[in-house]
Amino acid sequence: MTSTLNPAGEHPAGIPDYPMARAAGCPFDPPPALRAKQEEGPLTKVRLWDGSTPWLVTRYAEQRALLADPRVSADVTRPGYPSPAPVNGSSKISFILMDDPEHARLRRMVTAPFTIKRVESLRPAVQKIVDELIDDMLAGPKPVDLVEAFALPMPSLVICELLGVPYADHDFFQENSKTIIKRDATPEQRSAALGQLAGYLDNLLGEKLTNPGDDMLSRLTERIKIGELSRQEAAQMGVLLLIAGHETTANMIALGTLALLEHPGQLALLRDTDDEKLVTSAVEELLRYLHITHNGRRRAALEDIEIAGQLIRAGDGLIMANDIGNRDPEAFPDPDRLDIQRDARHHVAFGFGVHQCLGQPLARLELQIVYSTLYRRLPTLRLATDLEQIPFKHDGSVYGVYELPVTW
Amino acid sequence: MKVIIDQDKCVASGQCVVAAADVFDQRDEDGIAVLLNSDPPAEQAADVRHAAAVCPALAIHLEE
Ligand code: SF4
Repeated sequence: MTSTLNPAGEHPAGIPDYPMARAAGCPFDPPPALRAKQEEGPLTKVRLWDGSTPWLVTRYAEQRALLADPRVSADVTRPGYPSPAPVNGSSKISFILMDDPEHARLRRMVTAPFTIKRVESLRPAVQKIVDELIDDMLAGPKPVDLVEAFALPMPSLVICELLGVPYADHDFFQENSKTIIKRDATPEQRSAALGQLAGYLDNLLGEKLTNPGDDMLSRLTERIKIGELSRQEAAQMGVLLLIAGHETTANMIALGTLALLEHPGQLALLRDTDDEKLVTSAVEELLRYLHITHNGRRRAALEDIEIAGQLIRAGDGLIMANDIGNRDPEAFPDPDRLDIQRDARHHVAFGFGVHQCLGQPLARLELQIVYSTLYRRLPTLRLATDLEQIPFKHDGSVYGVYELPVTW
Repeated sequence: MKVIIDQDKCVASGQCVVAAADVFDQRDEDGIAVLLNSDPPAEQAADVRHAAAVCPALAIHLEE
């Protein structure tokens, strides 16, 4: 599938390939071709790996309007749905790829642990996890790969604790989750990995049915017992939460750290502050600026929709390119500047509409704690290699770095 | 200012609570937003407007 990263990317018909390649040496900015499309107008056509030509929505206002529009569907099995890779039936990962009312029914069963109050109550526990991982780093050899030593174990420990999954099994689900989000995995590989994880969660649910603990999976077993939820649905939800819980935050920690190291003035502001508000706004700004879910939010139109002078027809595919939406100068003045003091709270890094990320309060809490602790405890933190040597995840549905060698 | 929440639309993202904690809260059992004050004072108006703007489900309506 090299064509998806073909920098030239223009077919004779004039419809460019999507996704587009980032500029060499510019790891934080969206692809220049995407910027050019945004300047042309809010909606344009692109060509996907399968030859289909969905709409690419590049501007913030239209993205939000369409993501909140009940006439668009998130159901991957709908005709016209612009799939980022080949799918088969079993690739449907729980409620993120369903529409209401099914989506709302399932989502509401797992919202309770993610209320602002409940998540805030985890602050001391998450702080402890962060402090202990940093203690280990300080006690060990350097340089060290920040991804392996810190960015990945940190959110994995938290989500395992929340779900009631033994952390000892983390190698197994990290391997499978890597396969699921890899852009060039075959449908067979992806569904095999999903099957592995679903089987694992199903087993765990079985244990918790007879021997419940104080965790999310145990609470789901109560719903299974009263017939509100099937065991298969519960296992799918577990898979979703497990994957979402550790890939995204891990990449925000590592890529965010790299972005800050490349912007030393911004890093110094964050390191030297004890103002919680600045930490909070830094997290929002880095979410906006980096936008690690760089493959767009995918939808299919259920009816004809007119927007920005354009008629979208029922059955047309839609890709909301939220990465460039977060760099829309209409919504964020001087959008390509990383400025942790700006108000970026209205960014679309978590999406928009009814599918907006369920785990966002937890992600924010984790990032606030990391960004306010890591650089203070490692004030001389720096790259242990050249920027050119760092392997970026161009091929995944979550953008980030595979490795980040650092020293201090 | 008068604030109205459509609880059927709410997806429990908690964004309103983060933006204006004096005006919005969430039910413990499912995170659905509830109003603490449907007629907030003028000094909270900007926060409430922000809450309505970031609500992903467009569940918050304001009458000014
Ligand atoms: S911001 Fe909207 S969706 Fe989120 S909890 Fe408040 S009312 Fe519900």
